[in-house]
Amino acid sequence: MSNILSVMTFLPVVGVLLLLFIPKGNNGVLRSVALVTTLVTFLVTLPVLTGFQTNADFQFVENVPWIAAGPFAMRYNIGIDGISFWLVILTNFIMPIAVLSTWTAVEENVKEYMICLLLLQTGMLGAFVSLDLFLFYIFWEVMLIPMYFIIGIWGGKNRVYAAVKFFIYTMAGSLLMLVALIYLYFLGSKAGITDFSLLHFFDLKVDPGTQTWLFAAFALAFAIKVPMFPLHTWLPDAHTEAPTAGSVILAAIMLKMGTYGYIRFAMPLFPQAANQFAPVIATLAVIGIIYAALVAMVQEDVKKLVAYSSVAHLGFVMLGLFALNEEGVTGALLQNLNHGISTGALFLIVGFVYERRHTRLITDFGGLSKQMPIFATIFMIITLSSVALPGTNGFVGEFLILVGGFESSLRWWTIVASSGVIFAAVYMLWMFQRVMFGELDNPKNQKLEDLNAREIIIMIPLLIMVFVLGVYPNPFIEKMTPSIKKVIAHTRVEPVITAKVAAPAEVTAPVVPAATPAQHESATEPQPAAEKPAGH
Amino acid sequence: MDINVAQLFQTINLNVIMPEVILSVLGMALLLVNVFIPSKSKVYLAWLSLVGIVGAGFAAVSGWGIHLESFSGSVVQDNFAIFFKLIFLVAAGLAVLISEQYMERENCNHGELYPIILFTTVGMMLLASGTDLMTIFLGLELMSISLYILAGFNRDNIKSTEAGMKYFLLGAFSTGFLLYGMALVYGVTGTTRISKIATLISQMSNPADNSMLLIGMFLLLTGFLFKIAAAPFHMWTPDVYEGAPTPMTAFMSAGPKAAGFAAMLRLLLVAFPAMKAEWTDLLWILAVLTMTVGNFTALRQDNIKRMLAYSSIAHAGYALVGFVAANATGTSGILFYMLSYAFMNIGAFAVIILVGKQGEPNGTVMDFAGLGMKRPLLAATMTLFLFSLAGMPPTAGFIGKFYLFSGAVQEGYIWLAIIGVLNSAASVYYYLRVIVYMYFKPSEQEFEWVTVTAPIALALVVSAAGTLIPGIIPSYILQFAQQAVKLI
Repeated sequence: MSNILSVMTFLPVVGVLLLLFIPKGNNGVLRSVALVTTLVTFLVTLPVLTGFQTNADFQFVENVPWIAAGPFAMRYNIGIDGISFWLVILTNFIMPIAVLSTWTAVEENVKEYMICLLLLQTGMLGAFVSLDLFLFYIFWEVMLIPMYFIIGIWGGKNRVYAAVKFFIYTMAGSLLMLVALIYLYFLGSKAGITDFSLLHFFDLKVDPGTQTWLFAAFALAFAIKVPMFPLHTWLPDAHTEAPTAGSVILAAIMLKMGTYGYIRFAMPLFPQAANQFAPVIATLAVIGIIYAALVAMVQEDVKKLVAYSSVAHLGFVMLGLFALNEEGVTGALLQNLNHGISTGALFLIVGFVYERRHTRLITDFGGLSKQMPIFATIFMIITLSSVALPGTNGFVGEFLILVGGFESSLRWWTIVASSGVIFAAVYMLWMFQRVMFGELDNPKNQKLEDLNAREIIIMIPLLIMVFVLGVYPNPFIEKMTPSIKKVIAHTRVEPVITAKVAAPAEVTAPVVPAATPAQHESATEPQPAAEKPAGH
Repeated sequence: MDINVAQLFQTINLNVIMPEVILSVLGMALLLVNVFIPSKSKVYLAWLSLVGIVGAGFAAVSGWGIHLESFSGSVVQDNFAIFFKLIFLVAAGLAVLISEQYMERENCNHGELYPIILFTTVGMMLLASGTDLMTIFLGLELMSISLYILAGFNRDNIKSTEAGMKYFLLGAFSTGFLLYGMALVYGVTGTTRISKIATLISQMSNPADNSMLLIGMFLLLTGFLFKIAAAPFHMWTPDVYEGAPTPMTAFMSAGPKAAGFAAMLRLLLVAFPAMKAEWTDLLWILAVLTMTVGNFTALRQDNIKRMLAYSSIAHAGYALVGFVAANATGTSGILFYMLSYAFMNIGAFAVIILVGKQGEPNGTVMDFAGLGMKRPLLAATMTLFLFSLAGMPPTAGFIGKFYLFSGAVQEGYIWLAIIGVLNSAASVYYYLRVIVYMYFKPSEQEFEWVTVTAPIALALVVSAAGTLIPGIIPSYILQFAQQAVKLI
């Protein structure tokens, strides 16, 4: 099947069409159809999982003309490489869990809810697989709409504010990116590039001054999505107000869109600017890590605490990306997955409690472990994975990031960031202690029921992944490595050479270390990737 | 000037103005027929008008790619005119479809409505196809006078009457500017034929130094900027849009705005390309002003018609961005955008008509509370229109804005594009506000009075298709738009 990525991306839309024909109120049928759709989508991903070759090429590529008018030519150009591969898998892995998690949480307007979830899945998958800048932008924007509705319709008390803030924040950033995108296109067309294909732009040599501006526009859009300090303020609101499935998807997948945007677009497209901005971004990342950890510590609402922990975790990811060495970037991408699993799971856990007690305040709980032993065990494992205990997934990612950061020019930033690891342990474990241990003195908590079968089933795949990634992350890293090497080779600009490049003519090619000629070749020669059937 | 009458008649080729002829004849016939039709059955007039509009559409399309002149070169048939004629016909057709139900409800379903819509359309078509200042003026007057009537069509309603009066007074004033400008240009060049003006100006060594010509051009511009509701000539818009019967507001916001742009494009790009530096500077400022004033005033509106009035000002600003660029990307962007705007804006007004109640034609945003759950299909359609107005993909509104702003970036007007997109981001707030009320607020009403009749349902389907499909596969329309601007 050569168009498996398209099938996967648009399968949720087929589910939406089915849902449209099911009358409102048949909640059971509606939920089942949505669940089956996400499961089938996951099954469709399996050939991708097994068929993916460990090399730096884009695979499962589809490339057909889409829009051709005037100065522009947009193509429906999709494909995955080691960088997007796991994110696609993660998306399809999380979606059935998200649907299942809302089985009883959402009782009103189930039909619309499921439609939104499925549309969101298509948007996210599309953004991860797009190799055409314009196509990526379309999916990137389309993603906002269902999320906006999920927060706004099924959210908490303050949902309208949170939804509108989420939407306008993200939109404002993306629109500036759009202008940069257009500008980049016209730069490219002067150099003979005739479409929006990402691969062509990797070879475009942009002069350093222009790079600064273009990178700034891209970086802003992605920084809002990550979110990086000080652009993170929409996140606690959105997370707190969103229903459980919304929070899970937001944390597990949508935030990854920001970091993915950096490594896929902003950094390799504008390598010199990326190097130049590295200290700035690292500083913001470190401030984010420390600040978010401190804020998380004093939160009274468990969900808000988890939301702030997201900001801290993604600070680590950003630090790893801008370390720009293999360890750092590998750690960052791995931490992307880990955060998706751990924080997704944490939001699910918060959701379980909230569904039972309709409160998320830490002070309302205490001693829950006596009443809910299974819940306590699961919660403990996830908490430990979130604080990066060795043996769990979080450790591998954070360790690699710190190693990478320490070896890079960002050593001092890394040293400060390491303290964030300790803070993370403090706020997570302290929260866990206050919620789960102590006296079970609140009478409302004394009647709480432990997790039911559905909830346990939801958690099992996540728990498995926590340990698999924690104990044996190699298969995951292996698939990513070639692509990571390629991106680093493309992006990394040695300081000595940066000074020399006064003439805008040479940006990437001479910079690549002699040791990686093969990767360089494939970077400048995208066609073989497009033609290769990649095992299908 | 000696005019050889026989020779003059030889230059007349009625095929060039066939769409105009069809609509004029039909309009006059309908005026007569109207007398014999009982007041309960005025809907037949609507269907007859629609047939005429579709027929005129076919007549217009049949000339695609064939360049013809008539009336000794004062009217032309070219792709540019045809594209705009189609925009006007779309606007008129949708207006006809959404009128009946509203007019019936407001007890002002007079049969004259449909002929006047047709006459307005003829005026707009002449504006797009006129290549002589006189033809353009004739078209403008035919369009404007008909519009004054349409704005005040609900004659028992004080707001509607006020709208008609206000529009008439300010419109007459702006026409004065336009005429004065034409007189000055004629004074300098000695001709009213656009192509000849262009030749004469191109022979001048430094046309910008000729203050009479410069003033003439700016006065001409003023007249058109008034019609497209660009700031600072936008003051009439909110009041007129609010007071006019809603279907006519919809029509006014789409058709005449496009007609203004059509005439402006032809005038500036054909007659005054030599003075491009002068008019781009002015339009740069006006584009920024128009977008900003429109958007930021719209943020504060509760009345949904006023909100869309300010939004239409903002949209004129976006289109002016394409104008400043004055390249193929930008100008074809204007054409595409005007067509999309006709679909999405009239569509939005159609929903407003449906949600409105008899005697309370001026609904607020709050009246939409809970529509999303009570009338999901209607609300979903409205959401589509609003997202398109806000410029979200995958809608025609996004593609249109993309091309407009791209035109500006292509010519190096980066800041203009940035101001444009930031405005766009601000505009999201007030469009979302309607969605917030539709979906996020509990419903206080059951919307039991909302009945979707066949004509308005057809209008909604057409508008939704016209908003969504070009957003996903825009190539064809964009290519047509680019062929259209190639000729001028």
